Amino acid sequence: MLTCTAPVHQPRSLDEAIACRAIHPFATVLAGGTDIMVYLEAGSLKPSSLLDLWKVDALRGITVQADGVRIGALTTWTDIAREARMPAALRDCARTVGALQIQNRGTVGGNIVNASPAGDSLPMWLVLDAVFEVRSWHGTRRIPAAEFWRGYKRMDLAADELLVGVHVPAVSGDVRYRKVGTRLAQAISKVVLGLRVATVDGLVTEARVAFGSVGPTPARATAVEHALVGRALSPETVDNAVAALQIAPLDDIRSTADYRNDVARRILRAELLALARG
Amino acid sequence: MPVNFTLNGRGVSVEATPMARLLDVLREDLRCTGPKEGCGEGECGACTVLVDGRAVNSCLIPVIQVEGATILTVEGLATDGRLHPVQEAFVRCGAAQCGICTPGFLVTARALLDENPHPSREEAREALAGNLCRCTGYQKIIDAVCEAIVPVGTAGC
Ligand SMILES: Cc1cc2nc3c(=O)[nH]c(=O)nc-3n(C[C@H](O)[C@H](O)[C@H](O)COP(=O)(O)OP(=O)(O)OC[C@H]3O[C@@H](n4cnc5c(N)ncnc54)[C@H](O)[C@@H]3O)c2cc1C
Ligand code: FES
Ligand code: FES
Repeated sequence: MLTCTAPVHQPRSLDEAIACRAIHPFATVLAGGTDIMVYLEAGSLKPSSLLDLWKVDALRGITVQADGVRIGALTTWTDIAREARMPAALRDCARTVGALQIQNRGTVGGNIVNASPAGDSLPMWLVLDAVFEVRSWHGTRRIPAAEFWRGYKRMDLAADELLVGVHVPAVSGDVRYRKVGTRLAQAISKVVLGLRVATVDGLVTEARVAFGSVGPTPARATAVEHALVGRALSPETVDNAVAALQIAPLDDIRSTADYRNDVARRILRAELLALARG
Repeated sequence: MPVNFTLNGRGVSVEATPMARLLDVLREDLRCTGPKEGCGEGECGACTVLVDGRAVNSCLIPVIQVEGATILTVEGLATDGRLHPVQEAFVRCGAAQCGICTPGFLVTARALLDENPHPSREEAREALAGNLCRCTGYQKIIDAVCEAIVPVGTAGC
């Protein structure tokens, strides 16, 4: 039995939601609730009021634009998994968030702003060069994913701002997603990897490598990227790229630092070799 | 506040606090006790109901979010006194032991078959991955769902 009696503001339009956020900057934003409801149930969150976005349909949906795809913040993982125009690796990622019941309710915006280091989609936004669109009464800001997460659960989002959408530009290369947890479904990641490699005439022209669950924020492994660019994706290049990986994971309830160090290198190697084989 | 929605084909109006869990409103206020509480944190699927046709964990849904929605629980699966094919298959296959997980599995399976009448065994497993069975009768549960699959080429039931 949940006994949260806090008042809930429930705007119906985007303008109303933005105005509501300006008036109630300390209200807890509620989207699909798959993180919030767990915190409420556990007693770790005691909101004075909530701002429920669920009825703001303008925040839902996927639109294909000339320069990429725009995803509304309230779009669910099921919506992403079913959208054929999405990068296949992002659809794979959507299908590993919890299980069907969670995917039917959990949203893209909730995963991004919950900002768990284990949030499965976060490395994907990094490798896709995604840009987050945040809005307040004062206007709209566009923040590259690579600049959004500043520290453990700290991000570039002011109290009066809402995340309204994610822009995924049309990027080149092959994109891969790999998650390691205790089972396929309903498991929080021990290590999660996003990867994008573009080649021209056999040489790597662009590389993006990002890990989740191995540090306080999801982060790009830029040293690995540097070790790939300008080279052919040979076994030697892969060895050097894996050797360049610098992460400092922690022991926690889900895994150990040793395991994470080992597995991060193994999956990076496996995915790069798979790309090399084409 | 009053919240209105359709429950198993019937319009209902219930007085509840906005953040009350749909699970509690169904069980305590509406005496619709098919959905069970296993974990209360989205892990087990015992509380699964269909909201506008999609399987969701009712323990994670504040009731304010289902205003105007159409909700189906296991109580609404049978029509005119006839069990849904997936319920019949569960009976035939012996897919229930203690039965606590069964209402959740049944509605999740119903959502799957409504959308994809011919899922593969693998697809059925993936769709049901968010439903846990403490008695671990998974093989018979998957067998039952597969038995309820309409063979390709025949008219639906
Ligand atoms: C059983 C279970 C399994 C799970 N498995 C996974 C998993 O495998 N991988 C994974 O990554 N996650 C997992 N999750 C976590 C969760 O489902 C996801 O993070 C989901 O995407 C959250 O979305 P939501 O809409 O439900 O967020 P909510 O709970 O509604 O909100 C989450 C946070 O984001 C904020 N917020 C939401 N939307 C906005 C917005 N538009 N603007 C500003 N702030 C906003 C909220 O204030 C809150 O802090 C799991 C959760 C459960 C209960
Ligand atoms: S009680 Fe809701 S998922 Fe377990
Ligand atoms: S039959 Fe007992 S939990 Fe599944």
